[in-house]
Amino acid sequence: MSSFRSPMAPPRSFLWSRRIFLTLLTGFVLVPVYVMVSSSLKPLADVSGRFRWLPSGLTIRPYIDIWSTVPLAKYFVNSLIVAGAATVCSVVIAVFAAYAVSRYSFRGKRVFTVTVLSTQMFPGILFLLPLFLIYVNIGNATGIALFGSRGGLILTYLTFSLPFSIWMLIGYFDSVPRDLDEAALVDGCGPLGALFRVVVPAAVPGIVAVAVYAFMTAWGEVLFASVMTDETTRTLAVGLQGYSTLNDVYWNQIMAASLVVSVPVVAGFLLLQRYLVAGLTAGAVK
Amino acid sequence: MTATVPTRADGRTVRRSSPGAARGPRRTGRIRRIGLPYLLLLPALLLELLVHLVPMVIGIVMSFKELTQFYIRDWGAAPWSGLDNYRMSVDFDAPVGKALLHSFFVTVGFTLLSVGLCWLLGTAAAVCMQDTFRGRSLLRALFLVPYALPVYAAVITWVFMFQHDNGLVNHVLHDQLHLTDKPSFWLIGDNSFWALLTVSVWKGWPFAFLIVMAGLQNIPRELYEAAALDGAGMRQQIRRITLPSLRPVNQVLILVLFLWTFNDFNTPYVLFGKAAPEAADLISVHIYQASFVTWNFGTGSAMSVLLLLFLLVVTGGYLLLTWRGRRASDV
Repeated sequence: MSSFRSPMAPPRSFLWSRRIFLTLLTGFVLVPVYVMVSSSLKPLADVSGRFRWLPSGLTIRPYIDIWSTVPLAKYFVNSLIVAGAATVCSVVIAVFAAYAVSRYSFRGKRVFTVTVLSTQMFPGILFLLPLFLIYVNIGNATGIALFGSRGGLILTYLTFSLPFSIWMLIGYFDSVPRDLDEAALVDGCGPLGALFRVVVPAAVPGIVAVAVYAFMTAWGEVLFASVMTDETTRTLAVGLQGYSTLNDVYWNQIMAASLVVSVPVVAGFLLLQRYLVAGLTAGAVK
Repeated sequence: MTATVPTRADGRTVRRSSPGAARGPRRTGRIRRIGLPYLLLLPALLLELLVHLVPMVIGIVMSFKELTQFYIRDWGAAPWSGLDNYRMSVDFDAPVGKALLHSFFVTVGFTLLSVGLCWLLGTAAAVCMQDTFRGRSLLRALFLVPYALPVYAAVITWVFMFQHDNGLVNHVLHDQLHLTDKPSFWLIGDNSFWALLTVSVWKGWPFAFLIVMAGLQNIPRELYEAAALDGAGMRQQIRRITLPSLRPVNQVLILVLFLWTFNDFNTPYVLFGKAAPEAADLISVHIYQASFVTWNFGTGSAMSVLLLLFLLVVTGGYLLLTWRGRRASDV
C-alpha cells in the first residue's frame, strides 16, 4: 500500500493483467479441490449421475462409510509408520552427511556429492526390479523380511528423499557461520557436540523443510508401494485404489477418503511452507 | 560484550596450535579426525549403494539375461542372452521395438510440453507475486496445494472429473458450453494425452513456482530501486533484472523438472491404471508393463538401461551447455 507511490509502482496495465492471470490460475488450482470437497459431502446419487456443481443435499455418510468399505484405518497406520520412520531416518542421515560435506575437506567429496545427486536421475523403474529381487534374496538368505514388510519400504523411501535433503542441507549448513562451531570446538565440544548444539539449532528451518519434503515423498509414492507391499503392510497409495475395483464406484467415498489422507500432509505442508521457502532460499537456490 | 572478544581471540590462537599438538603422540585422535567425515557419510553411502547403485548394476547385468518368471527365485541361474534383449528393444520393425519407440516419442512430447508449461506458469505467478498485495500469502498457500496433495489423492480426483458420464469436464464442455457434439472420452483414446498433460501441469507447476519464488528472494531490492530511478519500466525490470538473475535457478529447475516428468510413473499409473492408452503411453509405465505384466524382466531391464543412457546423454549435454553458457556470461 505504501509502496504504491514509490518509483516502483507498477503500471495499471500490469496490475490488470496480473489480476486476470492470478484469477484464472486460482480457478485452475481450486476446481479439483472444490470437486474433492463438495463430492465428498454428496449422496451417492449425486456422484453417479450427471455432474452437479451444487449437491442436492449434504451428508457426512461417505466419511463414515470409508472406514468400512476398505480397511482404511489399517492403511493409514501403515502409511504413518512408513512415512514417519523414513522421514526421521532420512533427516538424521542427511544431517550427518551434509555436515561432513559442509565442514570437512576430504578426498572423494566431489565424487560423493555428484554420485548422490545423480541417483535422482535414475528412472525408478530401472531399480525396481533388481531391488525387488535383492529384497527377496536377502529374505531367503538371512530371514530378514524386507520384501512385503514395512522395513523394506522405509529403507527404500528414505533413500528417495536423501539426495535432495543432503543437497539442501549442505547449502543451509554452509550459511551457518563457521566461527560458531569453531567456538564450540574450542569450548570442548566434540565435532558431534558442535553439530548438535550449534549447527543443527541454527539450521532448524532447513531441517524442517527437509523433513517436510521427506514425509511428502514417502506419503505419496505409488510405484514401489504397489509392488513391495502385501495385504497387511499396504499403504494408502495402494489402498485408496480399493474403492474403484469394486462393482460400484463410490465416488463420494473415494473423494472423502482422498480428502482424509490429504489433510495431514497438506496441513503440515502449509504450516511449514515458510520454512521450505526459507530453506530453499538459503540452500538449494543460492 | 567486551569480555567475549578477547576470549574469542584466545580461542583462535588455541585452535591454531591444536593441530600441531595432535600431530604428536595422539595418533588415534588424528585418525579419528581424518576418518570422521567418512564415518558421517557412511550411512548415506551404504543406503545409496543398497537401494540405488547395486540394483542399477544388477539391472544392467539382468538386461543381458533371459530372465522370465521361472528364474525369479534364483536370477543368477537365468541363461545369458547376449544382446538379444537390446536387439529386441530397438528392432523398430517388430511390435516390441515399435511400441517402445512410440512410447519414447509420446514421452518426449509430453515432457517438453509439461516442463514448458510448468515453468511458464510457475515463473509468471512468482513474478506476479513478487511485491506485496492484499491476500498474497493466502494465494501463495493456495497455489501450493496441488504440490502438497499426495499424488494418488490428486490424480484420483482428476479421474473423477474426466469420467465420461458423471465427470465435471464433460459437464462443462458439453452440457454447459456446448463445445462438443457429444460427451468425449478422456481417459481412453487420443484425448488421454491432453488429460495427462493437464493433470501433470496442475500437479507440477507449483514446484516451479516455489523454486522461482525462493530464487526471487535472493535478488537484492536495490537493483530494482536503482533501475526504477534510472527510468526502467516494469517490463524492462523483468527482462533486465528478474530473468537474468533467475538464470542459475532456472538451469537447475528445468533439469529437475525434466527428469521428474520424464520418469514420472505415479501420475499415469493412477490416471489410467495398469493399461495406459496408446496416446499417453509414457515410458515408465510402458517398461513396467513390459516387465511385470508379461513377466519378461530381461527385456524390461534392457529398456530401462536404454532409457538411462538417453537421460545420461541429455543431462550431460545440458550441463555442458549451461556451464559453458554460465562461464561465458561470467566473463
